[in-house]
Amino acid sequence: MKQRNILIAGAGSAGTMMANHLKRKLNHHEWKITIVDEATTHYYQPGFLFLPFGIYDEHEIQKPITKYIPDDVDFINTAIDKIEPERNVLTLINGAELPYDILIIASGCSIAPEETPGMKDKLWYKDIFDFYSFDGAKALHDKLKNWEGGRLAIHITEMPIKCPVAPLEFAFLADDFFKHKGMRDEVEITYITPLSGAFTKPFAAKKLAHLIEEKDIKLVTDFNVERIDNDEHKIIDYGGQEVKFDLLVTVPLNKGAAFIGKSGFGDDLNYVPTDKFTLQTTVKENIFAIGDATSLPASKAGSVAHFESEILTENILHYIKGEELKAHFDGHANCFVETGNHKALLIDFNYDQEPVEGTFPFAGVGPMSLMEETMLNHMGKLGFKWIYWNVLMHGRAIPFIHPQMDKSGKKIPVNQ
Amino acid sequence: MEKIINGVTIKVNEEGYLTDFSQWNKSIAEEISKQEGVGELGPKHWEVLNFIQDQYKKSVPLTIRKIGASGVTDIKEFYALFPNGPLKKAAKIAGIPKPVGCI
Repeated sequence: MKQRNILIAGAGSAGTMMANHLKRKLNHHEWKITIVDEATTHYYQPGFLFLPFGIYDEHEIQKPITKYIPDDVDFINTAIDKIEPERNVLTLINGAELPYDILIIASGCSIAPEETPGMKDKLWYKDIFDFYSFDGAKALHDKLKNWEGGRLAIHITEMPIKCPVAPLEFAFLADDFFKHKGMRDEVEITYITPLSGAFTKPFAAKKLAHLIEEKDIKLVTDFNVERIDNDEHKIIDYGGQEVKFDLLVTVPLNKGAAFIGKSGFGDDLNYVPTDKFTLQTTVKENIFAIGDATSLPASKAGSVAHFESEILTENILHYIKGEELKAHFDGHANCFVETGNHKALLIDFNYDQEPVEGTFPFAGVGPMSLMEETMLNHMGKLGFKWIYWNVLMHGRAIPFIHPQMDKSGKKIPVNQ
Repeated sequence: MEKIINGVTIKVNEEGYLTDFSQWNKSIAEEISKQEGVGELGPKHWEVLNFIQDQYKKSVPLTIRKIGASGVTDIKEFYALFPNGPLKKAAKIAGIPKPVGCI
């Protein structure tokens, strides 16, 4: 029997988890699994939030990319040029063609500061930084070490972004950081968002709005950046609003991989059109997508990729057997949100259920509490790094936490 | 929550956004537009609102970039048509949910 090919495009969190899942589920005489990525380092991306403040150092958030790729999975360390769905072929930039029977797109998303005039200009990595890349977070750490204070603006260019709560966490941690340095009075923190508030879901808005006030964070909402004026140090929106800054920490526009655009099937941000339940793309029936690369209306976050990986593994097995794709993803996300002062919130939600109060993972027991600032949640956030490297990247489930969101521990208002 | 607009009872959330798009019609849009300070809806407003509703039906999230690339209008004109928070105002008038984050 001729061996068939499963090709995984991207060896970040989602692709690596899929390689581990599929290796265990598929007969290796029948299926050859190949994973392609141009990177050589696997970053623990949640660590990018902590790197600027020196909570993590750069060494603990990176490992060689091959460390988590199973031995019997082929790793090709080359950039992808394009995919030709009609030929079932992926082409590398060196011209080599990789034929596949099943393709899993897991190429993530990354920042595109060049899309906003004045962002990647003469102040880039001098007074304007991102913390969504290793280089940005590291440069920002060096900047913050000696920064003498002034106007700190924390800014989101446009949704969707990877880890939508990270900019808010950055604001809370910055407040904490400057307090501990004894210079909070020298820093004015402004949070600038294109949305209508720092919290946009009704429950969170009611329950958490006080955090912004308590930490003396100024809020600028409905701000859609048009350009950044480097000479005047100001950020300007289409409606004419301006915010002056001494230090701008921005989340640039996020985009999917360029090869998706080149392949002709991405949306205007190079995300792959994907069925939000089955994770099969609308490009072709033998192409699936997972994680940040998809067009799903779910959060772009590692926990989402983890839950998706269990669903997608099931559906690929169904697909191979010619069965209906019965496993359905419900949009489940589970995230710790740092609020500063060694505390964090835990949020658990899906496509239909906004984050509410409750206990997690056991109904009525906990030990974690949802939507409450606790030290235990903060310990959970820090402990998650170990879980990421030692459990998730091997494609294993976290005990008691299921891909489908559990409603039983949540205080869901009756009108929902 | 329920709200009566032009004598018709419609379902809305706490911020006044329709929660059931099937209840939307043009006269409801005209009334919300007045309440939001956008005023009379001209042909250009309708072109933009129709585009937004079309995207919503295709489950495409509403962003300023999408409006700018729509071919229907540009971002400056969009701001002129729906001043002070054009995305949320246009969404409310179009009867679709406002753009949100995860919390």
